[in-house]
Amino acid sequence: MYTFILRRLLSTIPVLLVVAVLVFLMLRLTPGDPAAILAGDAASTEQIAQIRSSLGLNRSIPVQFGIWAGNLLQGEFGRSYFYKMEVTQLIAQRIEPTLALATLTIVIAVLVSVPLGVLAAWRFGGWFDRALMGFSVLGFSVPVFVLAYLLIWIMSLKLGWFPVQGYKRLADGFWPFLHHLILPAITLSVIYIALIARVTRASVLEALGEDYIRTARAKGLPEARVLMRHALANAAVPIATVIGIGIALLIGGVVVTESVYAIPGLGRLTVDAVLARDFPTVQAVILLFSFAYVVINLLVDMSYVVFDPRIRY
Amino acid sequence: MNRKIAAAVLLAAVAGGTAVHASAQEKVLRVVPHSNLSILDPIWTTQFMARNHGYMIYDTLFGTDEKNRVQPQMVDKWTVSPDNRLWTFTLRPGLEFHDGKPVTGEDVVASIARWGKRDAMGQKLMTFVERMDAPAPNTFRIFLREACGIMLEALGKPSSNVPFIMPKRVADTPADKQIEEYIGSGPYIFKRDEFKPGDKAVYVKNPKYEPRKEAPSGTAGGKFVYVDRVEWNLALRDAQAQVNALAKGEVDVLERPAFESYEQLKKADGVVLVNKDPLGFQYMARFNHLHPPFNNPKVRQAALAAMQQEPFLRAQVGIKEYYKACPSMFTCGTPYGSAKGSDIQSKSNMKKAQELLKASGYDGTPVVILKPTDLAAIQKLPDVAAQLLRQAGFKVDLQAMDWNTVVSRRAKKEPPAQGGWNIFLTAWLAPDVWNPLTNAAIGADGEKSWFGWPKDEAIEKLRDQFARETDEAKKKALAEAIQVRAFEIGTHAPLGEYVNPLAARKNITGWVIGSGDIYWNVKKN
Repeated sequence: MYTFILRRLLSTIPVLLVVAVLVFLMLRLTPGDPAAILAGDAASTEQIAQIRSSLGLNRSIPVQFGIWAGNLLQGEFGRSYFYKMEVTQLIAQRIEPTLALATLTIVIAVLVSVPLGVLAAWRFGGWFDRALMGFSVLGFSVPVFVLAYLLIWIMSLKLGWFPVQGYKRLADGFWPFLHHLILPAITLSVIYIALIARVTRASVLEALGEDYIRTARAKGLPEARVLMRHALANAAVPIATVIGIGIALLIGGVVVTESVYAIPGLGRLTVDAVLARDFPTVQAVILLFSFAYVVINLLVDMSYVVFDPRIRY
Repeated sequence: MNRKIAAAVLLAAVAGGTAVHASAQEKVLRVVPHSNLSILDPIWTTQFMARNHGYMIYDTLFGTDEKNRVQPQMVDKWTVSPDNRLWTFTLRPGLEFHDGKPVTGEDVVASIARWGKRDAMGQKLMTFVERMDAPAPNTFRIFLREACGIMLEALGKPSSNVPFIMPKRVADTPADKQIEEYIGSGPYIFKRDEFKPGDKAVYVKNPKYEPRKEAPSGTAGGKFVYVDRVEWNLALRDAQAQVNALAKGEVDVLERPAFESYEQLKKADGVVLVNKDPLGFQYMARFNHLHPPFNNPKVRQAALAAMQQEPFLRAQVGIKEYYKACPSMFTCGTPYGSAKGSDIQSKSNMKKAQELLKASGYDGTPVVILKPTDLAAIQKLPDVAAQLLRQAGFKVDLQAMDWNTVVSRRAKKEPPAQGGWNIFLTAWLAPDVWNPLTNAAIGADGEKSWFGWPKDEAIEKLRDQFARETDEAKKKALAEAIQVRAFEIGTHAPLGEYVNPLAARKNITGWVIGSGDIYWNVKKN
């Protein structure tokens, strides 16, 4: 097991290297000049050239890459062109909202979708199963921002239960923190409920057709125990995979939700940095996401061992 | 175990409630600015947000009141030698930076020097300046090589780059680098530790700020502060979310609502619209004078004739009471605004445009227009331009891209087919375009000029004369002559003026009339 973990962690090095080269090149080869953006509307061509030179952007791409990679190996991710802050500090400020939103979304999604999926499989072909399938199609189809506006209109403006926008940090108090997160998390969780419920239903349905389920029922076990202890436990591997993918996508930032609810997360930071051509920030964030995806995938793979004792690394 | 967890949750909830209650004593003005605040050096960049940040924490030697007159601000009194070559200024007593150090003449000299390297009008002023010094702590002097007529206009200019006064140690930062310390002597103090880029910026009242006694007016007069904190919500950028937040009272001010939001805002309970900046903004279309077809002045004239202002304003603004056509390159209603020379555009029609284009020898070269897709304030203008030019007989290539790509591309001097451009459109705040020196589009010094790079010796000579002239009537005549020439050669096409009233909760009062986004004198009742 430890060898497996070590091998997987070592494999992140070439992955990160490829990602680093790709993102570095793509940023510099696509249109856009951070110097012109920094200079502002009334700047002269000379001023822009001066800024470009001060940022080192007039050097050749290989030289720029060499400098950046050298700094990276020393743990220096660089400074944002715009905010004049260390990129790590910028990211650190944005991690809490993103993690908080991702965590609450996945918790809601899992708590709702897994029981729904199990019930749908148990009552396969019945009205509940059909209703859930219909709901899941709706969940996939409705754009997140439409759902967000709808929920805001009903729950914030009409009922006054939740704030319209904003994020409160945990340090500002637990209830304000939670109160501001609930609506965005519900908004985001709909699509994950739809997805995880469908996968759960399919997996549990397959497990319910196995001989051991017939044996368990024949032994007179309560149906709830058959479903949870035998069917769900054996169906858990694909469900864990989908949940892992969901977490990775959420960590990557959900810019539409962050924009509508004014949550200062990593998604918004990434989009702003891309639009502003803030190369150091984009590069650092992409590398962080890549590393996060590798770790999440590793954790998901390791969880298989818990769900299925036959799996050994 | 469950009881312990429940107790912990309860405690946290109470702590959360307590944390909120403690700050409820303060009067906090919650503002949603029109854009994100990224650059904190208002001398290094011309971005409006940096300027607005500057107005919060810095003070200026002079300001411009709502009648566009320059008034002293940090300056108490000044004298000018009989030959207009020696200006001696005395600062008001009691001016202090946020770190407790007094503002001295040396700080002022260093600040002007740095600003004079970056700002276009400042650079012009510096061509007259022989030297500056501070013979006493509360005095500074400017020695000129020859008399010029723009000293007070330059030092009191209300828009980017505003000559904000900084401590000498900060102002000594080379002009091509950004400052890293944000200490001013203005009415608010910047809370650097609470600044979270893309999230919020926080300013607290400067308890030691001594405002002038006069009533506030524009960027002049007394800068009284009636709130304890101003919080800029930098995360709330979605237009509908902004309206919802204001309607529900989660924010107090929307600095520049989207035009599509006004109908909703007018109906929202507890919300008022305030037109605190009657001069507003001016749209313009800029031609690239380096490459065909707009390297031909006759073709530019045809384009000017085609680009009637009304269609642009109707499409982009849409609300009749918020826009007006203005046949002037300098803001209408200001000293240099006039209709002189504007007939080519203001009294033209499509038939005339077609005739002019035919007579110009236009060979069908496509006109590349840059269209930003993510800047609601101007994104409809290029479509209107494309339509009007096509009607006039131009072949048009409308290219969509994000605004920052427009910004990068307009700086390129390559031909359009190699990544250059022929037309881009933008908007300016009134003070940015209200005289021949602040108006970047009027400059015609070839490749040293603003993007578009027109070259015309006559205009440059007239601008130079304008800078030297001290008589107001003669300056007005020179401005008219410059405008006539600018329309003749087609430096650019002014596309009309508009206002963008802010939206605020009814309990927010005290708005100062004038250009820019100003938060002193504002009360939260």
